[in-house]
Amino acid sequence: MKPAASAFTTRSAAALADERLQRALADVPGGFVAGRARAKAALPEFEALRRTGRDIKDHALAHLDLYLEEFERNAAAAGSRVHWAATADDACNIVLDICRAAGARLVTKSKSMVFEEIGLNARLQAAALEVVETDLGEYVIQIRGETPSHLIAPAIHLGPDDIAEDFRRRHSHLAPDRDMSSPAALVAEARAILRPKFLGADVGITGANLLVAKAGSAIVVTNEGNADLTMTLPRVHIVLTSIEKVVPTLDDAWVLLRLLARSATGQEFTAYTTLVTGPRRTGDIDGPEECHVVLVDNGRSELLGSRMREVLRCIRCGACMNHCPVYCSVGGHAYGSIYAGPIGAVLSPALVGPHAAGELAQASTFCGRCEQVCPVEIPLVTLMRQWREVSFGDARPGRSKTLLRVWAFLAQRSRLYHAATRAGAALLHALARGRGAISRLPFADAWTRYRDLPAPQGQTFQAQWARRQRRQAP
Amino acid sequence: MTSQSQRPRVALFVTCLVDILRPSVGFAAVRLLEAAGCDVFVPRAQTCCGQPAFNSGDREAARALALQTIAAFEGYDYVVAPSGSCAAMLKIHYPRLVAGDAEASARARSFAERVHELVSFLVDVRKLGTVPGTFAGRVTYHDGCSGLRELGIKRQPRELIGHLAGARLVEMAETETCCGFGGLFCVKYPDISNAMVSRKTANVAAAEPDLLLSGELGCLMNIAGKLAREGSAVRCRHVAEVLAGEMAEPAIAEGDTRT
Repeated sequence: MKPAASAFTTRSAAALADERLQRALADVPGGFVAGRARAKAALPEFEALRRTGRDIKDHALAHLDLYLEEFERNAAAAGSRVHWAATADDACNIVLDICRAAGARLVTKSKSMVFEEIGLNARLQAAALEVVETDLGEYVIQIRGETPSHLIAPAIHLGPDDIAEDFRRRHSHLAPDRDMSSPAALVAEARAILRPKFLGADVGITGANLLVAKAGSAIVVTNEGNADLTMTLPRVHIVLTSIEKVVPTLDDAWVLLRLLARSATGQEFTAYTTLVTGPRRTGDIDGPEECHVVLVDNGRSELLGSRMREVLRCIRCGACMNHCPVYCSVGGHAYGSIYAGPIGAVLSPALVGPHAAGELAQASTFCGRCEQVCPVEIPLVTLMRQWREVSFGDARPGRSKTLLRVWAFLAQRSRLYHAATRAGAALLHALARGRGAISRLPFADAWTRYRDLPAPQGQTFQAQWARRQRRQAP
Repeated sequence: MTSQSQRPRVALFVTCLVDILRPSVGFAAVRLLEAAGCDVFVPRAQTCCGQPAFNSGDREAARALALQTIAAFEGYDYVVAPSGSCAAMLKIHYPRLVAGDAEASARARSFAERVHELVSFLVDVRKLGTVPGTFAGRVTYHDGCSGLRELGIKRQPRELIGHLAGARLVEMAETETCCGFGGLFCVKYPDISNAMVSRKTANVAAAEPDLLLSGELGCLMNIAGKLAREGSAVRCRHVAEVLAGEMAEPAIAEGDTRT
């Protein structure tokens, strides 16, 4: 009996058949991958910088409690209010309370994966708030009702034609025959739509790429400048981010920002890098009246004490996705998880449980390219393998587990193993009937559906070697 | 006798794929090792390195196979495997698998120090400067991911191909991208694996080689199987076969043309 196709398998089959998606994914190697390669080539100390980045994160994680408390003290001294959220639900409630207290009706947001992780939009909209995403890609997927398919390029699965269609549908008050043939026209239209939202928002919510303990600052980077408008124009600014973002000092932050931009897009530095340290001070010409920082745990403390701890080094650059042949074949939505690609395969089972997302760690060839490009040297293959160990322990005995057990039993008994492999090689050789390959084999359909199965030469090496040794023996 | 005793004693880790599917690769490895001045032994108690268990999350079975393999290869100067992924398993992952047990750990580390992938052993350790084989035509080389990234094997096979009289190395695009084999991945996720190998065979075709070589039989089974399905004229062989001049057997997935 064939096991039912998993949700991942079903989604990935659809993704492979989606020509538009495949065209969009085809641009990844020439864009992000080539960009990173150029940035790396231009910085001789890049590999050394990766090790420094890894050490900074490891140190911060080893003393996370101390640095978070230091951050809280210094942020409070600068006038921010720091809130602690143990769960996704707590985080949403804290944000809702702040919005209610501010009498908010319109909320602008600057892209953050943590918002997606905790399902913030749905909660805000359920409370009758108008929520507007201000990152262009994030705005596009918001009007499509989708989730991001990439850490830094949420609409990477779409082409300009898709976006033009969405804009025509959504912005129905504009002239239907307007020119939307260039990306510049699309950007201009989004800018015109978003500008009054920026100006009219009561609350602006941003994430943070880093928190600096010593300065009590949050650092937010964008290439569109939308975070700056989101945090400066409304009366209330909320920074909502996760606890592992904290580093000790600004010097540590610069190292990680240099790695982040190069690894993500191949830029030397992101276009806008903003430090947020409290609300508007006396004499400031702009800035919010209130600044809140919501620190979300949502399973991270538990990860910190586990074998998966190294995943918390992640600075969300997306390089592992861009270099992953599986991600580049099926795109981010096939993963069915907020975090996709190799980092998603490691992080998602930790956040939503191995039963819900454990399969993602199976969907890798372990080619290791993700580890090679990770700016903080997360051992992604090792961590995926550890999730496979969890799944193997939990799995009900099925066909593949039974086959693996039989194989392992034989492999631990060399005489029996050699007898079995002799028989197997002879059988497959006979099935090929003198041809070099078998084009269809019922029990190996997963292989022969797409490719021929090269036939064994007939006898095992061990059998031939033993004969040769006997002949040569005196 | 003196010169004989100075020859290093090399134990061949055959690998299960070579043992079952393509013994000619094993004999080619023996020939190359002998050409490099080694005495070659094939411990009978070896089976598989344990990657299928290790990468499926069955750590216990992988650990048992690690201990069995380490015991089977006691007493040799070197352990050499015609596969980057099996060599990486022996060299990098065995010590990690048995960490925690001080005695086994010490044995695994001393074992790991003696383990080498075939081609890098010939070049880096034995400084092999000539090879028995010849090949007249265009050759391209596929880097297996484990060998490339875990053991840093890239230059060595190309160096030896450079010694093949008549051969011209033509690089294909994306040589460092996975072919989609991935052990059990290719049968667990056949659709994605197919997308990956199709991209690989397109890159192979664009380079217009006569022969595709690799040090990894798993990748070769995948790529050769796909090329055969596509009706490609490109032949595929393990790099050891060509370097050793062991070309009597038909290429991978090629019918027997001798009859």
